[in-house]
Amino acid sequence: MSEHSSQVAHQFDDATQQYEASTLGMWAFLITEIMFFGGLFAGFFVYILGHSAAFAEGSRHLDLTLGTVNTLVLLGSSLTMALAVRSAQQGNRQGQVLFLILTMTLGLVFLGIKGLEYAHKFEQHLVPGPHFRLEGPHAQFAQLFFSFYFAMTGVHALHMIVGVGLLAWLLVNALRGKYSAEYFTPVEVSGLYWHFVDVVWIFLFPTLYLVARHA
Amino acid sequence: MNDAASESRQHYLNCDYSVRSWLLTTDHKRIALLYLISISAFFALGGVMAGLLRLELLTPQGDLVQAQTYNKFFTIHGITMIFFFLIPSIPAVLGNFLVPIMIGARDLAFPKINLLSWYVYTLGAAFTIVAMVTGGVDTGWTFYTPYSSTYANTNVILTALGVFITGFSSILTGLNFVVTIHKMRAPGLTWFRLPLFIWAHYATSLIMLLGTPVVAITILLVALERGLGIGIFDPAIGGDPVLFQHLFWFYSHPAVYIMILPAMGVMSELIACFSRKRVFGYNFVAFSSMAIAVLGFLVWGHHMFVSSQSMYAGMIFSLLSFLVAIPSAIKVFNWTATMYKGSISFQTPMLYAFGFVGLFTIGGLTGLFLATLAVDVHVHDTYFVVAHFHYIMVGGAIMGYLGGMHFWWPKITGRLYSEILGRIAAALLFVGFNLTFLPQFVLGFLGMPRRYHVYPPEFQMLNVLSTAGATILGLGYALPLLYLTWSLFFGKQAGPNPWGAEGLEWQTPSPPPTFNFERTPVVTQEAYAYDTELEGHRV
Repeated sequence: MSEHSSQVAHQFDDATQQYEASTLGMWAFLITEIMFFGGLFAGFFVYILGHSAAFAEGSRHLDLTLGTVNTLVLLGSSLTMALAVRSAQQGNRQGQVLFLILTMTLGLVFLGIKGLEYAHKFEQHLVPGPHFRLEGPHAQFAQLFFSFYFAMTGVHALHMIVGVGLLAWLLVNALRGKYSAEYFTPVEVSGLYWHFVDVVWIFLFPTLYLVARHA
Repeated sequence: MNDAASESRQHYLNCDYSVRSWLLTTDHKRIALLYLISISAFFALGGVMAGLLRLELLTPQGDLVQAQTYNKFFTIHGITMIFFFLIPSIPAVLGNFLVPIMIGARDLAFPKINLLSWYVYTLGAAFTIVAMVTGGVDTGWTFYTPYSSTYANTNVILTALGVFITGFSSILTGLNFVVTIHKMRAPGLTWFRLPLFIWAHYATSLIMLLGTPVVAITILLVALERGLGIGIFDPAIGGDPVLFQHLFWFYSHPAVYIMILPAMGVMSELIACFSRKRVFGYNFVAFSSMAIAVLGFLVWGHHMFVSSQSMYAGMIFSLLSFLVAIPSAIKVFNWTATMYKGSISFQTPMLYAFGFVGLFTIGGLTGLFLATLAVDVHVHDTYFVVAHFHYIMVGGAIMGYLGGMHFWWPKITGRLYSEILGRIAAALLFVGFNLTFLPQFVLGFLGMPRRYHVYPPEFQMLNVLSTAGATILGLGYALPLLYLTWSLFFGKQAGPNPWGAEGLEWQTPSPPPTFNFERTPVVTQEAYAYDTELEGHRV
């Protein structure tokens, strides 16, 4: 058995085993996340078959510009996250701190824009419930579209908030110099999570803003 | 190691006695005991509810409780027993204790997450119980929409949130097991040298990882629909209540295999040990666990033969459901073949194994009746279904849990229980169980629907039999609680291997030291090397 360094937890034999276990653990967790969002996507695609006109009507009330901007913001944050992981692997503490702060900022910008969109929907009475107002022939079933819109983007936003929290924790540890070229597992594993949440949006954006519009 | 030495030796139980050392422990063995305590409490609650239901059904009239109260009682019984007892029972208690030891590891891969899962489980379950007891929930454990989302006037939101929270403990446990089994096996312990208990837990963990998130989002959507008007299952705005059933059963049918697969893993260990033979057809038994896990995800539609599902979908789901019988039968036949010409001893754990094989077979065969489209139309939502799934869940899963508990109790506590009382309890449980649920097959076939607190007088005789059986069953459950607790204080020292069993867990002292082994074991042979052992090898 190889010697234990201070960063290897007692249950592991060596740093390699710990790194492989942590990475596998995160991948397994991301699979559960796919199933979690999968339930929502499955429901959405079942309904769009039956209510395509109503879903198109609902989708045309989404703000395509803000949605596109948000997609770019999130893609940018994935780039900075990847750079943060690279800095950690190279043991570059300054780069790590810089890119973590950039990633967090982009994440918060995304959440801000999402909040703005929610506020607009609220003002336009497009939030499902007793105050929902929409003119036109598809008004009744368009509410279903907005139910999905809020459920899906809401759950996604919740994951973003958790992600920003993770980044804050990484930032504190990075400032304390906890990560080095030998030990960067938490940065890499959190990076996997961040990219996953990004990929969910890459599916949500076309589904809600683009495909449904032309359904 | 002799008795005197194990008295003074340091192990995971006597290394620290403070409350803090228990509540903040990351030792998988201590967490298993924390789970054991919580799970036993919830089992007691679910059992009391079952007792009240059977008491009400003693007479045809509703003279103990009103219909509304009866609905709340069976909801508490169902939610508690399924989400808070059966699903965590074997994995979180026996699995938690044994998975690392059986593979020669010092702990699970993520000990803190393991502790977190216990807190999530216990707080989530306690939260749910408070919601169910203060306001009550009358939807049944299935939360079917639109009743749950629109019409029920009870604490649906809080209960749904509680079940949602508890689901995370299941995900975390499954995740821990998958990573541990992949990455932390001892040198020489290849996949096909693993005990079948580990294979069963691996298959179970996959179901936990793939299924639980789906029911989580489904139940969350019901809560959102009631609370915020997000109407995904609301027919008034074009939603489809049957979509709920699809999503719900996509998890909840595989959940049945979360309950039964670990029990099957326990059976392979017990039957090999008490027949003194290698498990017949090891590879087939291992792969049948995986096959059950995979097929389990393809059969959810058999719960919806009469709820507007297309006839053709029904036919396919019926066929796929029949396929599950193949890996299940492989297990039963291979256990039987293991016993054939074995040197069988009738100790307490083995009595549970005999009970399991018989009761699981009856439960499985009546499952085929229900998978048959035409028969299902006749017996759908009757006591036939109730009897069928209790044969799997109580006759199968709980027998497996208790059998495993009796088998590994000396390892967990270092003490032996009274063998006589153990055998009496096993016999009581078997008799009580059959007396409770065999009459329900007949009742269901005659047309008595489930979930009613009153029934026509001609059904009374069979209901009285069933209630009488439930009383015996209750005694059978109370007995182990008493003698196992008694053994903690007055039981004889067990020694490392009281059954003369094979497996890494028997090579370390009882109770095991905090890091399980003095030095990491090296495995050089396949599991269950019973036939190679010499006469008089038993300790």
